[in-house]
Amino acid sequence: MDLVVQGIVRAAGLLASGDREILEITLLSLRVSGGATLISTVIGVTLGAAVALNRFPGRNIAVSLINTGMGLPPVVVGLWVTLFIWRSGPLGDLGLLYTPTAIVVAQVVIAAPIVTGISLAAMQNIPEKLRFQILSLGAGRARYLALLVREARLPLLAGVMAGFGGALSEVGASIMVGGNIRGYTRVLTTATVMETGMGNFEVAIALGFVLLVVAFIINYVLTSIQQRIRS
Amino acid sequence: MAGTVRRACAAFSAALVVTILAASLAAEERNVIFATTTSTQDTGLLDALVPIFQKKTGYFLKVIAVGSGQAMALGERGEADVLLVHSPEAEKRFMDRGFGIRRRVVMHNDFVLVGPESDPAGIRGMKSASWAFKAIAAAGVLFVGRGDNSGTDVKEKKLWRIAGVSPEGQKWYQQTGLGMGHTLRVTSEKSAYTLSDRSTYLSMKRVVDLAILVEGDPDLMNVYHVIQVNPAKWPKVNAKGAQAFADFLVSKGAQELIANFGRERFGTPLFFPNAVR
Amino acid sequence: MAPLLEARGIRAVRLGRPVLSVEEFSLGEREFLSLVGPNGSGKTTLILSLLRLIALREGTILFRGADVRTVRPVHRYRQNFAAVFQEPLLLNTTVYNNVAEGLRIRKRGGEETEASVHRSLERFGISGLRDRNARGLSAGESQRVSLARAFAVEPEVLFLDEPFSSLDAPSKELILRDVESALGESQTAVVMATHDMAEALRLSDRIAVMGSGRILQAGPPDELMRHPADEFVASFFGYETILRGAVEEVLEGSFLVSAEGRTVEIAGSAAPGSDVTFSLSPESILISREPLERVSARNRFAARIDRIIPAGFYFKVHLNCGFPLVSYITGHSMGLLDLREGEEVHCAFKSTAVRVLQMRGLQGGGGRQ
Repeated sequence: MDLVVQGIVRAAGLLASGDREILEITLLSLRVSGGATLISTVIGVTLGAAVALNRFPGRNIAVSLINTGMGLPPVVVGLWVTLFIWRSGPLGDLGLLYTPTAIVVAQVVIAAPIVTGISLAAMQNIPEKLRFQILSLGAGRARYLALLVREARLPLLAGVMAGFGGALSEVGASIMVGGNIRGYTRVLTTATVMETGMGNFEVAIALGFVLLVVAFIINYVLTSIQQRIRS
Repeated sequence: MAGTVRRACAAFSAALVVTILAASLAAEERNVIFATTTSTQDTGLLDALVPIFQKKTGYFLKVIAVGSGQAMALGERGEADVLLVHSPEAEKRFMDRGFGIRRRVVMHNDFVLVGPESDPAGIRGMKSASWAFKAIAAAGVLFVGRGDNSGTDVKEKKLWRIAGVSPEGQKWYQQTGLGMGHTLRVTSEKSAYTLSDRSTYLSMKRVVDLAILVEGDPDLMNVYHVIQVNPAKWPKVNAKGAQAFADFLVSKGAQELIANFGRERFGTPLFFPNAVR
Repeated sequence: MAPLLEARGIRAVRLGRPVLSVEEFSLGEREFLSLVGPNGSGKTTLILSLLRLIALREGTILFRGADVRTVRPVHRYRQNFAAVFQEPLLLNTTVYNNVAEGLRIRKRGGEETEASVHRSLERFGISGLRDRNARGLSAGESQRVSLARAFAVEPEVLFLDEPFSSLDAPSKELILRDVESALGESQTAVVMATHDMAEALRLSDRIAVMGSGRILQAGPPDELMRHPADEFVASFFGYETILRGAVEEVLEGSFLVSAEGRTVEIAGSAAPGSDVTFSLSPESILISREPLERVSARNRFAARIDRIIPAGFYFKVHLNCGFPLVSYITGHSMGLLDLREGEEVHCAFKSTAVRVLQMRGLQGGGGRQ
């Protein structure tokens, strides 16, 4: 038990002193997961809207695939992304393995289906009649989609939050495609795993705490926006 | 309306291509992928060595800490440029099949058999590790193995063979599949026995309830070799960078650093350099 | 003159079932056309088809004489119109933005947009709600926003799909008046779907009765009333007696209208020569075996009983006194009078029991021809 208390006390000390390495790891985590979330949002909202608003053969299969994708195990994603970006893999020439970009790619594969699935549900929940109403106002395709996105902004934002949460908190894929390289691909989750393995519990606790705080702040900001939109 | 789907697919592909292009601009010859065992990372040795190498040569070393077995698997596929491993027999097979070049000894330390202070199998002070293994098997006390084909795992399996015991499937035998640090913690929680390299044990000593019970058997010797991945097999391998790092590891400066590493924190060196002539 | 909007042989299918099959549809400039029919009769489907919001299996739609399939992209075509649906389908933003949306889509300038929105908000009495979120409004307020949004773009054709059905009677009456005055000021033609014949009679130049996806009959209200093509169409008028005539003489507090060769006195005022469409509610018509001479009712006629239909607590008695007339009498009265089909009786109703549905003056008055 004193190990826990000791760990927390020293973690607080580390954070209070503004440990540079922890700061860098945190910033990298934010950049990587933020970037992945941004790309996932573009892909997810577009794809979700496309599937929600259109009828085409194989649509049910597409919806099932997206829903399955929402629960992709990060290590499976890590494995497949690795297989593709091996030096000897199909995308090997790009030299992506063990780079932050590789983590972004893997996290996009994890987060994009989450954003897509929630966007799909959000867009499907817009009543068909409201869609008719918007079209009857004479809206072209771009304006039509923009208005639908605005109508569904609350659930869409929830989807983005969920996607960011999935990207920020996954560890399996990051460690496989990023390699947990110090100062380069070491993010909050992989660092936490490593420090735990090394017995540096205070550092691990500090990193875990930062992870929680970052997740909380981001969600708090997004929730505030959501509440303001609603009122 | 199917046009939207097509456009969405196009947008998806575009996003992917942009991501990949952006990344490929960053990738270049300066990167060296260095696959090594968890023990060298978990002890903090690499954190001491790598910055010096990078500063000196300008190479960017990507350290991938995995078991020796996985490190060599990466080497076999040309996914790593240079390896630091401690699994002599597997290393020989690796060299024989032509995957590596210039295997050189870097340093050594030793394995220790650790377990709970109470030592329920009564192995404390035994001179032979394989006898101790036999005694643990006979007493049926829990033994935690790595089971990850790492250098330590291979060594442990060899000791079981010498002892004439087949632990797989026994009630008293469990495998974690994790690195040394995690395995030591599991062993400690379960008051079990395990085989560990001395350096990782020392660095974890303050957070685990485990004592060294058997040490000093010549069978427990733990030797680390550096191997450059054969560029003749895999043209994409960064041969120059691999050569530079291998040379650095056996250089006088690095060897001195290894000799002194851990003295301050643990009161004893964790590794003994072998390459200094 | 060529009609503004025309459809020929249009058919639509949903889930493999035909839902619309209209041989002939036309709408003139500034015309108010009502589509009347029960739920599922194809009114909404027809409106959505004309807006090109659902795909047609076959048929042609012409706008200003041109095949609308040649208008691309389709949203350019839709920009000629505006639509108001039963539920006020408002966007989750301010009232102002809702009303301005159609103008923004049409890329009208900022000043023009501002002015049009202002005018439209004024017209529907909702200027005070301008900055409120549209999702927090009452049903009546919401429908006003929806109407303001439609009128703001000054459409060539305004589609109204049961716009008043989900309103309570008082709000409905107030909104109806605003719509009437807004229509009076605008040039727009209107297609309104409704299942309420009274609404249709009050507003329409022409009525098309729909059933099972078809237009069963279309024409001016009185023509439909007098010559219903079949029983289905007739049933829409059967619950009330609706007549049309010309004002012959104006008295004090009432006027005399000649309809079907009979003279009916109606309370109220009118210009001589005006065309009047009026109805008689069945509850207000008295039946007697004796001539009704000592009652205060001004309208007294001899009549023959065409049919007697039991309808629960009362009987529907179809009379003919030169024009068709329906009276409701209770079971008790029925017992006393012992009426039989084919018998001659007397009937009467007060001048105040006559409801004027539509009045068209000779010079200007009603205006919308």
